Amino acid sequence: MELAQMQKSLQDYTKSLFLEGVLDSQFLQLQQLQDESNPDFVSQVVTLFFQDSDRILNDLSLSLDQQVVDFKKVDPHVHQLKGSSSSIGAQRVKNACVVFRSFCEQQNVEACHRCLQQVKQEYYLVKNRLETLFKLEQQIVASGGMIPAMELGF
Amino acid sequence: MALGDLSSSSTSELHVLAVDDSIVDRKVIERLLRISACKVTTVESGTRALQYLGLDGDKGSSGLKDLKVNLIVTDYSMPGLTGYELLKKIKESSAFREIPVVIMSSENIQPRIEQCMTEGAEDFLLKPVKLADVKRLKELIMRGGEAEQEKTSNLIISSPKRILQNNFFFNIFFIITIIVIFIA
Repeated sequence: MELAQMQKSLQDYTKSLFLEGVLDSQFLQLQQLQDESNPDFVSQVVTLFFQDSDRILNDLSLSLDQQVVDFKKVDPHVHQLKGSSSSIGAQRVKNACVVFRSFCEQQNVEACHRCLQQVKQEYYLVKNRLETLFKLEQQIVASGGMIPAMELGF
Repeated sequence: MALGDLSSSSTSELHVLAVDDSIVDRKVIERLLRISACKVTTVESGTRALQYLGLDGDKGSSGLKDLKVNLIVTDYSMPGLTGYELLKKIKESSAFREIPVVIMSSENIQPRIEQCMTEGAEDFLLKPVKLADVKRLKELIMRGGEAEQEKTSNLIISSPKRILQNNFFFNIFFIITIIVIFIA
């Protein structure tokens, strides 16, 4: 595939993520922080997010599977995930966490189980999309090209 | 005084201590501050922050930091010591109370904001923190440092009387002189 075509694909792909609400403007903020001195900043932060989220989701599953659910343990985990997803612009994960927290407050175990499934779904979605995005970027860089800057006017 | 030391450093770089229990947020705030030409030290908890500053009562740890801290940026909700509790401890310390402390939180809770500002926080940032927030913050802190330096230089150059006023014996002399002039 031609370089220009790859770059266009990347732009279109990124745009679609914003239009679908998978990513929000905070992701653009992260991209602004990437430059020649820190060319892998975004993927580094996102990798940390994946590692951190895997751990949190595991802890959440364990906590909710207890005979007696300790919401004092569950809520801080959801709060953490809400925070980190917000920091990288993973909008749908963040929104799912907000709903999750409201059910934690109500101590509604069944609803929380459903919320966890929803959060997991959104998380795997954004994980998949971002991994694809990074692959596209790598292909461009490997072909000697530059990652096009994201246009904000859409 | 922490801000006054800016004049003695060769660059006007702030050294910021960033406190956050989230590894993702630490990475982001570190980059935001570095890109804004600040030196950054990140720690994962309020307790670690106190250790770094040498405020945890353990004399042995006071040698840890080699650079003076000019600004502390801390998350509010942390396990163990919250950002608010850390703020209080810093403001209670004679050595560090002059260091500006900024609180970050993902929750826009007015009473929480007021509580922090009342306790002496310099500013309250809503997460997710943006580059514009850090730039604005840096300008605020640097201006505060310049204002302190201006105050000091004014004191030395144009207001010798103020130096006299700080001296107890000169105060007495001054009062007696006034009384004598008044009686004469």
